[in-house]
Amino acid sequence: MMAQTEFEMTDNRPLSNAKLAVLILLGSETMLFSGLIGAFLVFRMGNVTWPPLSHADIELPRIVTGFNTLLLIISGYTIFRALRSIQLDRVKLCQNLLILTGTLGLAFLIIQGSEWVQLIGKGLTLQSGVYGAIFYVLIGCHAIHVLGAVIWLAIVIGMAFSGRFSSDSHIGVETCTIYWIYVVALWPILYFLVYFA
Amino acid sequence: MQENENISHEHDDDEQHEHAHDDNDTPQHTHEHDDDGQHEHEHHHEESFIRKYIFSLDHKMIGKQFLIYGLIMLFVGGGLALLFRWQLAYPGEPLPIIGASEQYIEDGEVVTKNDERWEKIFESEKEELMETHFPNGVIEDKTYNMLFTMHATIMVFFVVVPILVGAFGNFLIPLMIGTRDMAFPILNMLSFWLAVLAAIVMAAGFFVPGGHAGAGWTGYAPLSVDPQWTDVGWGQNLWAISLLIQGFSSLVGSINYITTVINMRAPGMTFFRLPLVIWSLFIVAILLLLAFPVLSSALALLIFDRLAGTTFFTTTTEGGGDPLLWQHLFWFFGHPEVYILILPGMGIASELIAVNSRKPIFGYRSMVYAMIAIAFLGWIVWGHHMFQSGMRPGMGSFFMTTTMLIAVPSAIKTFNWLGTMFRGSIRFTTPMLHGIAFVSMFVIGGLSGIYMANTPVDIYIHDTYYIVAHIHYVVFGGSLFAMFGGIVFWYPKMYGRYMNDTLSKIHFWITFIAFNCTFFPMHILGVGGHMRRIANPQFYDFLQGFEGMNIFITMSAFTLGFAQLILVFNFFWSMKLGKVAEKNPWNVTTLEWEAPTPVPHGNFAQIPTVYRGPYEYSVPGEESDWIPQAQPEHAPASAGD
Repeated sequence: MMAQTEFEMTDNRPLSNAKLAVLILLGSETMLFSGLIGAFLVFRMGNVTWPPLSHADIELPRIVTGFNTLLLIISGYTIFRALRSIQLDRVKLCQNLLILTGTLGLAFLIIQGSEWVQLIGKGLTLQSGVYGAIFYVLIGCHAIHVLGAVIWLAIVIGMAFSGRFSSDSHIGVETCTIYWIYVVALWPILYFLVYFA
Repeated sequence: MQENENISHEHDDDEQHEHAHDDNDTPQHTHEHDDDGQHEHEHHHEESFIRKYIFSLDHKMIGKQFLIYGLIMLFVGGGLALLFRWQLAYPGEPLPIIGASEQYIEDGEVVTKNDERWEKIFESEKEELMETHFPNGVIEDKTYNMLFTMHATIMVFFVVVPILVGAFGNFLIPLMIGTRDMAFPILNMLSFWLAVLAAIVMAAGFFVPGGHAGAGWTGYAPLSVDPQWTDVGWGQNLWAISLLIQGFSSLVGSINYITTVINMRAPGMTFFRLPLVIWSLFIVAILLLLAFPVLSSALALLIFDRLAGTTFFTTTTEGGGDPLLWQHLFWFFGHPEVYILILPGMGIASELIAVNSRKPIFGYRSMVYAMIAIAFLGWIVWGHHMFQSGMRPGMGSFFMTTTMLIAVPSAIKTFNWLGTMFRGSIRFTTPMLHGIAFVSMFVIGGLSGIYMANTPVDIYIHDTYYIVAHIHYVVFGGSLFAMFGGIVFWYPKMYGRYMNDTLSKIHFWITFIAFNCTFFPMHILGVGGHMRRIANPQFYDFLQGFEGMNIFITMSAFTLGFAQLILVFNFFWSMKLGKVAEKNPWNVTTLEWEAPTPVPHGNFAQIPTVYRGPYEYSVPGEESDWIPQAQPEHAPASAGD
């Protein structure tokens, strides 16, 4: 029957509202970072030497940040495993993996923060020219997103411990996982651009 | 936020199932959408005043809130325009009503009551705003900068987008796609209140020392970066902060719109059965979602430049930035933004014209594809705002070509509107008049756009009144006429009453004539070399001859401004005293007219099923000249679209 087929046509919704909304949000985030990366590239292309001669003595902590990158990538894997485990109804494992993920995220932020303190000590500040300024704004913008993801995850962990999630109902874990993995996947791009380009 | 949303979702699932049992007895409706609305039941308790009118979660109320918000801001933005129009016609002369007398200004002799007031203001120790901005009622040059900057900022970000996207989007999307509410009602409320917060921050800028932002609505660096050029202090910061907040409001709103349109359409409502206005709002939501963050990134860098001492947009000897970067980022946002302003107008005009011509829209699919093409091309034309910026000339030819390409989908739309009207049984209702005005004004604005797309022509008319004429023909002649038409057209569904037709028609004709008298002569001014954004045209010898034309434009502008009072009077008067409207007063096919009037919480007694496209008017062989989308086929056996 005609009505029947049409009904199926529109009600066939592959994504729930919440999941779709998070994916749409990521589109917006991508454009925000595109704007900032665009600005970075304008400054990078506009200078023959990078860092500019005035910053010749500044060296960005590539190795420590490389380690930090590793931490973040592992956290992306752990949250993915957390989602898998709740899908299999292994609530306890899911809780542990979520906590591990959050810890890795926090560790990333703490290590990055301490690196910033050292860099500021060496004279790389917002006011010292666009090299430092775009570094802090671009990396800082990502750090704010990591912080936001950690706070979001903390709420999800709280909900996980109050037994809200099961294999049938875990959209909270799922949306948080999507966002977390986006923030993780963004980082290597920024790491390569800002620390090596 | 997201989690809370999910919880309420789960609750509502249960409610929804109940609902399906309660209200729907026809078998095809038993598989209701699982979560098409976190609405309360209609037979639930009466909502409190605050829940119903202020922190409302109902998409219709939020839409009306956006409408009132936009109308208030329309008068703020329009008032600013009238102030600087006065200055352009009578440079240096005191404003009417508040201005001091000539004797007082010349020899300090107090003659009128106004003079006494000014005397008091000048004598008081306190630095008053009036004293710094309008001494003796005369507009200072710096004040003039503030006036035109804020006029454009308010009109673009606080009038056209909130009304066309916020008000019509919220009111129409759930009703026209046949669902009970937006996907995320709480986010929807948040979107409105963030917009209010943005408006408050923006308004605060008028009252800080140094006045409001004065670098143009485009906020070009380094003008906007360094107070030494404009003398503006916190005004510019508040401008940037307010737009950042408005960005969050748009983000939340567009996530909501896109999710709702993708996921919550009524049974049978395929994408190609969506009314064109929903298509336009859907496309605009995507543009807003992707364009605004780019402006946000630029605004963030601007705020760092102003407050944290960075030099992203200024060149210094040591590690300096790039002023052109601002222009690139701004216009990468700015050009999609221009289409955000016009696309909903195109959608609304399509509805008005099809309904009142009693004909299907000509080339429905090509209308959709044309809008998609315009939205896409909008991303690769931003450089046409920068022909004169010192950008590489080769880039100029690229942007010239892409810009002229936009004429193709725009022309498709225009001819489709004409094709829709051609040999239709046209009803010259007020909404139709506005629809026709939209098309004709849009054509004038579109054609002048092609002139400016040409680099050699643009080098001459760039930064003149020609571009002011162009933008107003598109945004006032286009978007605002569509908006007026939309208000009159959907008013019976919004408030259950008609707007007074005589007043609506008077409003239309005065607006239409005064609009053309105001903006058409600006083409001539522009070709004559009259620069925009100058406080005193009489200062230049070659502009002396334009004095009469400037006075004429100002007179027309005042007429245009005061004509809008008719609209507002009619709007509020009709709410209580207008003729009561039946369910479907204009005989329209689309779903919003299936809902009872006034539309209850939850919109539809039962979710309608859609059987046909949105524009089945004057179908051959049918008795009635319109077939609602929700009307089943006569013979159920005849499958096929």
